Amino acid sequence: MLPAGGFAPPGICTLKEGMGLENISKVAPPEETAAAAERVPAVRMEGITKTFGPVTANDNVSLDIYNGEILSLLGENGSGKTTLMNMLSGIYYPDAGTISVNGKPVSIRSPKDAFDLHIGMIHQHFKLVNVLTAAENIILGLNEKFRLDLKGVRRSVAEICERYGFEIDPDKKVYDMSVSEKQTLEIVKVLYRGADILILDEPTAVLTPQETQRLFGVMRNMKADGKSIVIITHKLHEVMAISDRVAVLRKGAFVGSIATKDTDPQQLTDMMVGHAVTLNIDRPEPVNIRKCLEVENLSVVDIEGVTKLDSVSFTAYGGEILGVAGVSGSGQKELLEVIAGLQPARPGSSVIYTDMEGRTSSLLGKTPMEIKKLGVHLAFVPEDRLGMGLVGDLDIADNMLIRTYTDGSSMFVDMKKPRRLAEEIVHDFEVVTPGITTPVRKLSGGNVQKVLVGREISGKPSLLMSAYAVRGLDINTSYTIYRLMNEQKQRGAAVIYVGEDLDVLLELCDRILVLCAGKVSGIVDGRNTTKEQVGLMMTHLGLPEEAAE
Amino acid sequence: MIHISKRVDFTLFKGKAAGLNRYVGWGVRLIAVLLSLVVSGLIIFAITRLNPLKVYGVMANGVFGTPRRTWAWLRDLALLLCISVGLAPAFKMRFWNIGAEGQVLVGGLATAACMIFLGGSSIPSVPLLILMAFAAMAAGAAWGVVPAVFKARWNTNETLFTLMMNYIAIQLTLFFIPKWEHPKGSNTVGLINAVTNRGWITPIVSADAISKMDQNAWTTQLIRNTVGQSYFINVLIVAAITVGMYFYLCRSKHGYEIAVVGQSENTARYAAMNVKKVIIRSMTLSGAICGLGGFLAVAGADHTISTATAGGRGFVAIIVAWLARFNTFVMVLISAMLVFLEKGAIAIASEFSLSNDVSNIITGIILLFILGSEFFINYEIKFSKRSGKGA
Amino acid sequence: MNQVLTQIITLITTAISFGTVIMYGSLGEILTEKSGHLNLGVPGIMYLGGIGGLIGSFIYEMNAASPSPALCLIIALLSAVACSVLGGLIYSFLTITLRANQNVTGLTITILGSGAANFFGGSLSKLAGGVGQISVAVTSSAFRATQHLTDGLGAVDTLLFNYGFMVYLALLIAILMSLFLNRTSKGLNLRAVGENPATADAAGINVTRYKYLATCTGAAISGLGGLYYVMDYINGTWANDGNIEALGWLAVALVIFATWKPLRAIWGAFLFGALYWLYNYIPGLSRSSQQIFKMLPYVVTIIVLITVSLRHKKEDQPPSSLGLSYFREDR
Repeated sequence: MLPAGGFAPPGICTLKEGMGLENISKVAPPEETAAAAERVPAVRMEGITKTFGPVTANDNVSLDIYNGEILSLLGENGSGKTTLMNMLSGIYYPDAGTISVNGKPVSIRSPKDAFDLHIGMIHQHFKLVNVLTAAENIILGLNEKFRLDLKGVRRSVAEICERYGFEIDPDKKVYDMSVSEKQTLEIVKVLYRGADILILDEPTAVLTPQETQRLFGVMRNMKADGKSIVIITHKLHEVMAISDRVAVLRKGAFVGSIATKDTDPQQLTDMMVGHAVTLNIDRPEPVNIRKCLEVENLSVVDIEGVTKLDSVSFTAYGGEILGVAGVSGSGQKELLEVIAGLQPARPGSSVIYTDMEGRTSSLLGKTPMEIKKLGVHLAFVPEDRLGMGLVGDLDIADNMLIRTYTDGSSMFVDMKKPRRLAEEIVHDFEVVTPGITTPVRKLSGGNVQKVLVGREISGKPSLLMSAYAVRGLDINTSYTIYRLMNEQKQRGAAVIYVGEDLDVLLELCDRILVLCAGKVSGIVDGRNTTKEQVGLMMTHLGLPEEAAE
Repeated sequence: MIHISKRVDFTLFKGKAAGLNRYVGWGVRLIAVLLSLVVSGLIIFAITRLNPLKVYGVMANGVFGTPRRTWAWLRDLALLLCISVGLAPAFKMRFWNIGAEGQVLVGGLATAACMIFLGGSSIPSVPLLILMAFAAMAAGAAWGVVPAVFKARWNTNETLFTLMMNYIAIQLTLFFIPKWEHPKGSNTVGLINAVTNRGWITPIVSADAISKMDQNAWTTQLIRNTVGQSYFINVLIVAAITVGMYFYLCRSKHGYEIAVVGQSENTARYAAMNVKKVIIRSMTLSGAICGLGGFLAVAGADHTISTATAGGRGFVAIIVAWLARFNTFVMVLISAMLVFLEKGAIAIASEFSLSNDVSNIITGIILLFILGSEFFINYEIKFSKRSGKGA
Repeated sequence: MNQVLTQIITLITTAISFGTVIMYGSLGEILTEKSGHLNLGVPGIMYLGGIGGLIGSFIYEMNAASPSPALCLIIALLSAVACSVLGGLIYSFLTITLRANQNVTGLTITILGSGAANFFGGSLSKLAGGVGQISVAVTSSAFRATQHLTDGLGAVDTLLFNYGFMVYLALLIAILMSLFLNRTSKGLNLRAVGENPATADAAGINVTRYKYLATCTGAAISGLGGLYYVMDYINGTWANDGNIEALGWLAVALVIFATWKPLRAIWGAFLFGALYWLYNYIPGLSRSSQQIFKMLPYVVTIIVLITVSLRHKKEDQPPSSLGLSYFREDR
């Protein structure tokens, strides 16, 4: 994930120095001053820089990992945590900087190189073969013997399990496993391959609180065994509960590291989100507010039976921007898709739409076509731009048709209107493209988004929903998107803006709905709420004391 | 280090390559065809020791030497094209209809059944032909829609399902052949209505009428070689379907739905499309046109039915439709080339008393070259001295 | 009563001979599909195997004064394997390295293989100087030689020991393949490649090498089916009747019926054989209704295909990446 809006250019972003963070070391952990001579870090990353095209994911990051410690790598979505660790596990290779393992400089070019250095990473998307058993997945690709020695694997697995307190059935097929079992399997797999340095990428995102506790127990056992563990997370209470030391990244840069016992969530939040950054995003006062969408008691359960949304209630008004904040996977996607008719909701949920004339209609249980026929001018900018909002292999003009191809009674599509609209959008939003007959897959991320947003607002929506509308976009395009959202708001549309950059949410939105694990943590006023308050609400259910007043 | 990345220059709905890629694409394909001709020339040389250039001369003469041969070429071209065009909507939707062979065959069966059972009725010729065509389309559509329903409802693998349907169609044909055989004991159906020609597609202007015209006038010659030919109607029908299908796929609302469903079901749902309905409707259409191919083969060419009525064209058409990237006009070119090679190879075979199967060898080689060349169209290959992992 | 027994025994032996042809075809295809490649060129590759063996032994028998049966066997086997692997290599190069569409490439291999085989089959005698119908008597009888254990076992002997060695070889291959896939680490790696090439790649498995090896070995095994058909089933001649193609598609059907398991392909092949020839043993069938019986293997396959998709039993599903090219994306 990339930082929303990239780096704010000088002049717009003003970072204030020295805000009571004296105890944070910029280079090494505090203990090191005392024990520097004898403690060689298990891994030392120095001056690591990694760019993807125009976006810098890691900028001159230095980080040490010691034996027998649990290090939390903390940062918001898109702060470059996963990218940094992927360079340790051989997925990416740094553009600049050096990595040393146990004091020796190394070059890690593939996952295999990482294994050879005893580094193992447990990714968020598990790399397991579904139809194979746990034991088979563990020895995959190892080729220890020609004959498959599953007995030997079982024995070793049982040993590992006993040593660290895992529970795993070596003969269970992966497709029969719960998410938590799969994760355990991934950890055992990495340990079986002899990893001494384990990197866990947001391991608790998919776990229940009980499972999380069990995982933490196992992690402590591994630490006691002398292993180094890096846990990537953005959940503060977990950082406090499990880690010995915290390293914080913000927008690709290293902020500092600090011993957990010397810090508190408030300070970590400050480090993670930084200080209020003035973005100078316009926020016109809402006028002519009218009720547009009333969501009551909305619950969604996915195919695997996991609750994604739990009794969510809120009202969106025409003429205002309602922001939606939350760590990723808190139910944002489901919320928007249910309203758009793309997902079913649990019985007892209700989504009532009120049109300009005050007529109400329920949107639940209706297909997108039925919603369209109700006369609801719904615009939706989904997170997955090329997988849902647009068709990559269609050109710009043909992509305009997605919303309007059924118009008219002819069996043929009106080719002129979309062409005109495409030309307008390319002209108005300065889309960089060879022409309107270019497939959108060829365009850069920002231009793709301009095409998508342009099309969605061209339908003069009464309800505009957008998910991560500025993700991966440069600063100028981001501002264009903010301007367009404001224009729609002033037109009287109800705008729902799902975002990840709290600075933006706080400057753009009139009200902010904060989601935490599928529940509404609270709805706050964007004008008088601080970033820290929202940050805390994202990770703790319920309004913090100060915000509730 | 070699870097391979996907090229995207193709706009799906309109079925056109955009920008530079259009020229690159045609250039690469032309090179592939030339290379394959050289290779097949070498192979023919190795077998027969004949000058390859002379071989291609024989081929051209075998295909275009007389108007009659040219018309036979056009007839086979029309049939292959008809099936390819029929496959286009299914393939554009990424539905692997490998069952064209069977759909053609059941279309032919339905046609033959109408000819046999209604041949003696009092239905006038034109309505009879129309009835036959509809029966063939209904049969083909039924053959196509069964796998589609299972695909739409339960995501049953359509490649394997349609493949099996081919053999059920073949066995069904073998079931009817003994029932309809003529003469008795031959185990073939023989020419149906050989005397009355009922249910045969006949020339628009009959030979009788032409013989009454001024034989020296160039118009008479023209009439004789166009509307005076019985295959003229085949060509006309397929030309109409080809043009119609182009506009259906590249201009119509249905065509748009097919393009979007084929790309991403998520986007299709986002765009308020009914994915299941689109799958079933498109496969009905695909099967119906393949069934019509069976009608053309039986009523317009063979006037009999056998398991060889489709003659493997159902499979060749798959390759044609795929290589043409669902553009029906490109299909005309590819089918014309393949049928030329087939006919030409048969001409060589008879000239040098070789087996007709040499045509399949040449067809196979050419197709392999074109298939291989697609890589250079779809992927961009960059050579660089050194490259970091994941860069 | 005795007559019924004799009939049953004949049906079973017919089913086993017939089934062996498709068993080879589908065993090869199972191995290929386990690597994630759907090769619709099986009929073509079986053609290549058949004609390859025939040409090899034909040339040898033509040129040797007194052909040695053992050498005949070896030459036939080697040339059959060489030709079918060539077909497999063409398919692999196009679909693995050039990432051409698997269905289309497979069908092209079928066209090419059937064309080449029938061309050479038809022209062989003419090219060799017009000796009439080709026949490789020595080779064929070597292929058809049976080893009866003892006399006097009667029905059991007929049922079990009445076949050329290739019938037993097919069983052996099926068992070995099953052991390879389920009991060896290389087999495990291969299954992982077909299920999830990206994961296999991340685990350090050379995906391309596994795909090539599986596809080419699979082609060699499928090709043996063609060889068995030519040398044993039709006694070392060539018939331009499209039978090998029909058998090849039956082999593809058998892969589905066996739900990608080599051991299931054994009894599946015999069952297909029995279903196919059942009409011979049902009295009072007209020529028409016989054909309906021959439809049975295909109908059964469709039913299996539908059941598999309805039941969603994970063990019975095709390899997950079947039909998709693997492309390690550059970031």
